[in-house]
Amino acid sequence: MSSKKKEDLLNDPDFKTLVSQKNTISWILTVLELVLYFGFIALIAFNKPFLAQKLTAGKATTIGIPIAVGTILGSWVFTGIYIFWANTKYDKMVKNLKDKIGG
Amino acid sequence: MHTTTIGTLNVTSVLFFILFVCSTLAITWWAAKRTRTTKDFYAAGRSVTGLQNGLALAGDYMSAASFLGIAGLVSTRGYDGLIYSVGWLVGWPIIMFLISEPLRNLGKYTFADVVVFRLSQRPIRAAAAAGSLAVVIFYLIAQMVGAGTLFRLMFNLPFELALVLVGILMISYVLFGGMIATTWVQIIKAVLLLGGATLLVFMVLNKVDFSYGNLFGMAAAKYGDKFLEPGQLVTDPVDAFSLGLALMFGTAGLPHILMRFYTVPDVQAARKSVFYATGFIGYFYILTVTIGFGAAVLIGADSGKLGRDIIMSIDKGGNMAGPLLAEALGGSIFLGFLAAVAFATILAVVAGLTLAGASALSHDLYVGVIRRGQSNEKEEVKVAKIATVCLGITAMLLAMAFKGQNVAFMVGLAFAIAASANFPALLLSLMWKRFSTQGAVWSIYIGMISAVVFIVLSPTVWVDIIHKDAVAAITKQVTEIDGKVKTIDAEIDALTKQLAPVMPADAIAVMKKKDQVAANKKNAEVQKKNAELQASIEGRKKDKDALAAEKTAANAKKPVAPIKYRNPGIFSMGLAFAVGILFSFLFPEKDAEEKFATEKLREYVGIGAE
Repeated sequence: MSSKKKEDLLNDPDFKTLVSQKNTISWILTVLELVLYFGFIALIAFNKPFLAQKLTAGKATTIGIPIAVGTILGSWVFTGIYIFWANTKYDKMVKNLKDKIGG
Repeated sequence: MHTTTIGTLNVTSVLFFILFVCSTLAITWWAAKRTRTTKDFYAAGRSVTGLQNGLALAGDYMSAASFLGIAGLVSTRGYDGLIYSVGWLVGWPIIMFLISEPLRNLGKYTFADVVVFRLSQRPIRAAAAAGSLAVVIFYLIAQMVGAGTLFRLMFNLPFELALVLVGILMISYVLFGGMIATTWVQIIKAVLLLGGATLLVFMVLNKVDFSYGNLFGMAAAKYGDKFLEPGQLVTDPVDAFSLGLALMFGTAGLPHILMRFYTVPDVQAARKSVFYATGFIGYFYILTVTIGFGAAVLIGADSGKLGRDIIMSIDKGGNMAGPLLAEALGGSIFLGFLAAVAFATILAVVAGLTLAGASALSHDLYVGVIRRGQSNEKEEVKVAKIATVCLGITAMLLAMAFKGQNVAFMVGLAFAIAASANFPALLLSLMWKRFSTQGAVWSIYIGMISAVVFIVLSPTVWVDIIHKDAVAAITKQVTEIDGKVKTIDAEIDALTKQLAPVMPADAIAVMKKKDQVAANKKNAEVQKKNAELQASIEGRKKDKDALAAEKTAANAKKPVAPIKYRNPGIFSMGLAFAVGILFSFLFPEKDAEEKFATEKLREYVGIGAE
């Protein structure tokens, strides 16, 4: 690709939107994942009794168990959200950009 | 006594293992014909699909340590084991959001390709190769020593035999079949491991009427409510956060994982593969935790003995929980199958590691540093193959040298180095325009060195390994002192019992004169005897005080680690980021800043990507 074309593309508002949207989504999800996991760790470090509560009175299962499993499932759901966004929005934006510069 | 065939050679196991070896070698033979270029050797010709790579990533990541180790941890310590399994998963979303796509678009074969994209080749390639090799070597030693120990534990066969077997097979896969064979070994292993674990969990759930509530209820009934609550594993908040950081960002800095993103044709496949991998790995950890609770509850259910005690009587670390459960529920045939899967697991992981190490040596160190990027395909493949053999043999020899040593910390060390040396440099090069060559180089070296130094100075290595003998000697001394104190206590007890009562004066007063004389005489004797006894008791008590002082002195001599935290993550990662930023400001590169725009085009739109 010629440097002229590169220059054009870099200054294209669509490219700027693409970059900022991708970064926004990536960082929001990263922060959510950090909150999810380190929130779990913080509970273990600072509030063990909370995790030790029984889910239903008289039964053995503690709240800590669904929270731990939920952290695993939540992480997977986040990757699902990202891939859904990327497959439906991001790829289209990339394709439009590529079409615009005439491949 | 719980009867088990663990510790004897299991015919089913041997048959399954031979079947696995034969089929993987056949694949290697098939792959060898398709491995000519560097693109084939390092990246399977970029022809792996998203699902295949997802399985292969899972295969690379699910080690025998996590399969046997986490099930063991859960079966012996309950909820605390679950905490660990969560930590092993949470790095994957980070890979997805920040790493996998830019890596795929910007790089060629190693993560260093991305870091050097707009910076100076040689210094960074040298540093990145050092970081990758450190991770690979520590991880390899841990895996291979694990294989040897497992071999002895399960079949009572020599440690060295396992090393030679694992070493030869992993070298063969990588040497002849490159990434194509390695990928298929990973896929087969992942399917076997997921399938085997699913079957085992099905059998567990079948025993508890398919209710997790029942399973946890039985666990609480056997081991108390504490078994389902967070316990003593995580006590210090700083240590807990440090461990979390290393697990999370270490995953995103493992060279053998990062390398896999070059095997897929495009970013769509790359992101798909992380989604699949996260799903498979998350599912696997949920299975493993179920196996752990199942083992605690169901092993020894007939004999009335506690499952935990049976598991720990065979291996104190609890590693045999899964195999014992398989035997209890599926007999020796299922045990044999699972044991074979455990070895297949180790084989696949070490093959992936060897390939990553070989590519660091050939692609980064040989071509990038020694040949300054000037090398042809044929030469690079040849060097990569030589590197594979050298690395494989080195790993075997190192594992031999660490026989019988506690190497569990090495996995933690590998993750700490990956999080501190590889991840910060990779992230900064992607995100920060002003990141410079000096920043990258020093970030990698400081991250790596600080992680190693920190762990060596922590209780894990300083007390438990380096000063093991001194600690053992002092512990022995203290035990002896405690023994002596016990003896003295018994003596004091005996002496105290000999103390005789003195006849009270008012009792004597009412006696006849003659009896009074006799009684007084007797009293005097008793008093004299009592005084003697009292003196002896006092003497003993003094001895006891002396021993207590001796014990305090001995305990004071116990080696104390210079650093009290066991996990370096928070410090070494922080240091790596700080140094990377500081040195980038001190030694800025105008050139690199200008190239950031081009990097963005390729990173986000894929223009010019391999």
